[in-house]
Amino acid sequence: MSAAAVTALKAQFPQATDRASADHLAVNVPLGDLVLALKYLRDARGFDLLMDMTAIDWAEGASPRFTVVYHLLATSEPGTALRIAANCAGPDAAPTAPSVVGLWAGANWHERECFDMFGITFIGHPDLRRILMWDGYPYHPLRKEFPLAGIETDLPVADIEEVTGTRVIAAPMAGGPFVASTGEVNLTDAEPRAKDESWSDRQPQPGQTELRQMKD
Amino acid sequence: MVTANTELGYNSKVEGGVIISKADAVINWIRTESMWPMPMGLACCAIELMAVGGARFDIARFGAEVMRFSPRQADCMIVAGTVTYKMAPQVRRIYDQMSAPKWVIAMGACASSGGMYRSYATLQGVDRIIPVDVYVSGCPPRPEALLDALMKLQAKVRREPAASRLLSA
Ligand code: SF4
Repeated sequence: MSAAAVTALKAQFPQATDRASADHLAVNVPLGDLVLALKYLRDARGFDLLMDMTAIDWAEGASPRFTVVYHLLATSEPGTALRIAANCAGPDAAPTAPSVVGLWAGANWHERECFDMFGITFIGHPDLRRILMWDGYPYHPLRKEFPLAGIETDLPVADIEEVTGTRVIAAPMAGGPFVASTGEVNLTDAEPRAKDESWSDRQPQPGQTELRQMKD
Repeated sequence: MVTANTELGYNSKVEGGVIISKADAVINWIRTESMWPMPMGLACCAIELMAVGGARFDIARFGAEVMRFSPRQADCMIVAGTVTYKMAPQVRRIYDQMSAPKWVIAMGACASSGGMYRSYATLQGVDRIIPVDVYVSGCPPRPEALLDALMKLQAKVRREPAASRLLSA
């Protein structure tokens, strides 16, 4: 059923192109057609459920850098899923995309998460605030240039930081991040482990805050 | 009419009704046997904390079954779970609202050290914001391990010079 929907979508929106996908069919649409295409799929093709909405960061220097992806499902025909992707507009540091909260109310929190993690501004979103990190957090953690360990910054509440003397630090990675070995038959060997074991808590990686010693 | 009892010597009438002890021992006995927890359940460890409160493990055997959701009525904060930086100020506020004397158990790898969450979002050990008395290892710790931590905390409290602290406060 998805194939028929894709054909119909491409007839309706000539700029839509097929997109490589490992499982369900996927279509690229230009950002300008995005909301109309999603509305068409929802109203005319029965894709009534927005299962997920996320984004891709193609890394610094890539152009376009950010792509938003919508995962649709037709609940009346089980297993009929479709993915729609669109490249964001705007400069790399401040990408934008139109909000689809008007089509699916559930997109509200997905778009807030995308904004929080990638810094994509959804134009027309009723309440675009951070959802996972706290208001005032200066970074967008899922961007490629952001290190997993984090960047030293202030605690969310100033007086707690003053009393405790604690800041948000770059987490000690102890040789991590920990990576699972795929294809291992022996589960012990497949366990996630640090690939780079040249440094540890005792030998901190250059540029990282050392673990503060335990308080008395 | 009640008259003041001026009798200082042995009185056979109150035999068995009087116990001589040290103030420290009495105060610490009261504190250790009714250590009401503040359940700071923040992640999966809180499920084990609930198991400890259930009939099978029965934390009531140690006088600590009265989970107080008001910090002002609690003696011991059990930090059970992952403390994110977003949550950390609230944990500290709740700790500040507990009336002294107060103790903290860091339950599980996350609360003790950040655990497996070596990431930008997780506080690397709750001891960075509040003083911890007992750390419990495990992910999650077995309920017995938490009971053991409670007994360790009781042993620690028993050694405190409670009376002199009260007098000097
Ligand atoms: S120590 Fe393990 S069980 Fe406990 S909160 Fe952390 S991840 Fe969950």
